[in-house]
Amino acid sequence: MPSFVIPEKCDGCKALDKTACQHICPNDLMVLNKEIMKAFNREPEMCWECYNCVKICPTQAVEVRGYADFVPLGANVVPLRSSDSIMWTVKFRNGQLKRFKFPIRTTEEGKAVPDGGWKTGTDDLKSPLLFTEPDSLGMSGVAKL
Amino acid sequence: MANFQTVEVTTDLLILGGGMAACGAAVEAAYWAKKHGLKVVVVDKAAMDRSGAVAMGLSAINQYVGLKDGENTLKDYINYVRNDLMGITREDLVANIARHVDSTVHLFEKWGLPIWKDEAGKYVHEGRWQLMINGESYKVVVAEAAKNHMSSLGDKGQIFERVFVVAPLLDGDRVAGAVGFSVREEKFYVFKAKAVLAAMGGAVHVFKPRSTGEGLGRAWYPPWNSGSSAYFTIRAGAEMTCQEVRFIPVRFKDGYGPVGAWFLLFKSRATNAMGEDYMQTRKPELEKWGPYGKVKPVPANLRNWLGMMDILDGKGPIYMRTEEAIQKIASAVVDEKERKKKLKELESEAWEDFLDMTISQAILWASTNVEPEVKSSEIAASEPYFIGSHSGASGAWVSGPEDLQTEATKKAGYFWGYGHMSTVKGLFCAGDATGASSHKFSSGSHAEGRIAAKEAIRFIVENNTQPKVDNAEAQKLQSEITKPLDTFQENKGKSSDPNINPEFIKPKMFMFRLQKIMDEYAGGVSAQFCTNKVGLERALELLAYLKEDSTKLAAEDLHELMRCWENVQRMWQAEAHVRTILFREETRWPGYYRRADFPEMKQEWLAFANCKYDPKADKWEMLKRPVVSIV
Repeated sequence: MPSFVIPEKCDGCKALDKTACQHICPNDLMVLNKEIMKAFNREPEMCWECYNCVKICPTQAVEVRGYADFVPLGANVVPLRSSDSIMWTVKFRNGQLKRFKFPIRTTEEGKAVPDGGWKTGTDDLKSPLLFTEPDSLGMSGVAKL
Repeated sequence: MANFQTVEVTTDLLILGGGMAACGAAVEAAYWAKKHGLKVVVVDKAAMDRSGAVAMGLSAINQYVGLKDGENTLKDYINYVRNDLMGITREDLVANIARHVDSTVHLFEKWGLPIWKDEAGKYVHEGRWQLMINGESYKVVVAEAAKNHMSSLGDKGQIFERVFVVAPLLDGDRVAGAVGFSVREEKFYVFKAKAVLAAMGGAVHVFKPRSTGEGLGRAWYPPWNSGSSAYFTIRAGAEMTCQEVRFIPVRFKDGYGPVGAWFLLFKSRATNAMGEDYMQTRKPELEKWGPYGKVKPVPANLRNWLGMMDILDGKGPIYMRTEEAIQKIASAVVDEKERKKKLKELESEAWEDFLDMTISQAILWASTNVEPEVKSSEIAASEPYFIGSHSGASGAWVSGPEDLQTEATKKAGYFWGYGHMSTVKGLFCAGDATGASSHKFSSGSHAEGRIAAKEAIRFIVENNTQPKVDNAEAQKLQSEITKPLDTFQENKGKSSDPNINPEFIKPKMFMFRLQKIMDEYAGGVSAQFCTNKVGLERALELLAYLKEDSTKLAAEDLHELMRCWENVQRMWQAEAHVRTILFREETRWPGYYRRADFPEMKQEWLAFANCKYDPKADKWEMLKRPVVSIV
């Protein structure tokens, strides 16, 4: 199944105020089985393999196994996401290993400043200028045809 | 009996959705709402940090005009979009978005999105209009700015997550709000608003996809886009446009990894089983498609069509010659040490392209031992999608902005008071929810959200009355929407199998029935995207049975209840689509669909094929509207 939970590693986010994977899954697939306090993917055939559950899991208990109807077995793609970058470990079916590291953001988590430091050029609701414009356009006004 | 707690939320502006367009709307609305003491509520069926089409990230921003640099003009962008959509586009809407999108991209950079830069500090272009980004956290950063701005409104800024919006509320000819339910607890929400901004994405899984096992989840556009925007605007009685214009992306096969960087940045070719490049061998076909066959770049659907002709002739599979492209770039570097370094860089860029936005394609490469610098990979046409923000065009018919209107556009009826407002008073649309404004992608959708939000705030200030919500109507909707839970409970005892019961249908099988109808009769994959009047009418006949059966949908829990209504939404998108393909008696986008009974493009159909559903009469009206240029 696309994303799956490793039972040994999952503790049902018991020390946290919410089940992380259940909180983040855009398709509402991840859910906590309260009886055994383990999460699982309740509809794997609707899984986009977006990896948000994998990235957010505090115990790295969620992995992805490629769609079995067209992906041969044996490969593995594992992320390690930090506050400004992500490292990917790609293991090939033939055992070859590749590692890649990419930036993910240039500002501190939580600190996105909505106006980016730019003033808004008008109070007029009828003006085409949007908030932060025209300065955020890098021009003196909205372009004309 | 399902007995959800009814929660009423009253607001000035109601933003439906939590994706790129909705985040643009929220970050903009917070500014103007604060100035006017107004309340803004945002409703997302998931968690805003990672909801919508950009949940996984993106490796490029596909709309950046770069107006400040003085090379590209608004006119250039308008011409590009009009040609790509074979003449069918609202130039006033395209111009409006194109003149604001650069501001949105510059804001993204300030918020923390890493955009590739060269040694001179200039943005690295993938193509003329596209920028390369390190976009794994694109949505996180954009949602963060929206949330931060919303929180500056204090208790006048509220974000609801995990609330699935189903249907509109109306007060005569004006929108009055929306209803939906929590997918976490038994709560039914009645949102009452002075203006509503619909930005709930496009539609996926309306057609049977190519992968139908676990791979059902590997749609090109996310599987959680269920046609919520289209359903909302159709049921509100808003005029819809371009409902026939589905988009079929040609991507790396099965994994659906992006091809933009390969074609545009790495300048790769694609060749068929005989080693032929269909863009060369099939070139004469372009002459049949009027002025659009002569432009550069070749319109997306025509590029599709040339490749599809090879497939129809049995000349597949088609391979993206990644190894050839990489080796060509690397061999241009003379020094051996530098060449090795270049190869490593190219390898990293190729893998990042997937890991930033389509991780499944990276899994597929690893699972088939593919190193792109050594081995080429198959590309193929996928299945049909409804995505007005991309190279599709479907969505609501909206007013343009006043200042971009000409005498001709006013005469054609492109303006009625507020930019990006639908034909329903107070109902604004952005992103995939708006039609005839293609090539917005992520950044343009965000920009359109901003534009629509400001106009919606202006609408509220100038029409500052709270529309009436009929409580009886809201209660009726609550019963109807929660009914599938009762349907299951009341009938489950009649069968040993919870899914197989003569009294009801589960949403998964309902979806499969819809997908099969569309695939076989409305030009899906198995029909090689071709159909005709008889097939389309057969589709409507079978869709009618499906619509009747939709009252017998059953759900065991809240998740399945959401699936029930997502599939009802898909069904309505499907109906609008079939009716419009029938209405337009020609073939204009052969790479999206063909009418076997009208195989050529016709001058008389250089027009919009619009439609409108009347909820009171339960009738559809088809409307032909003129295409008017503003350049």
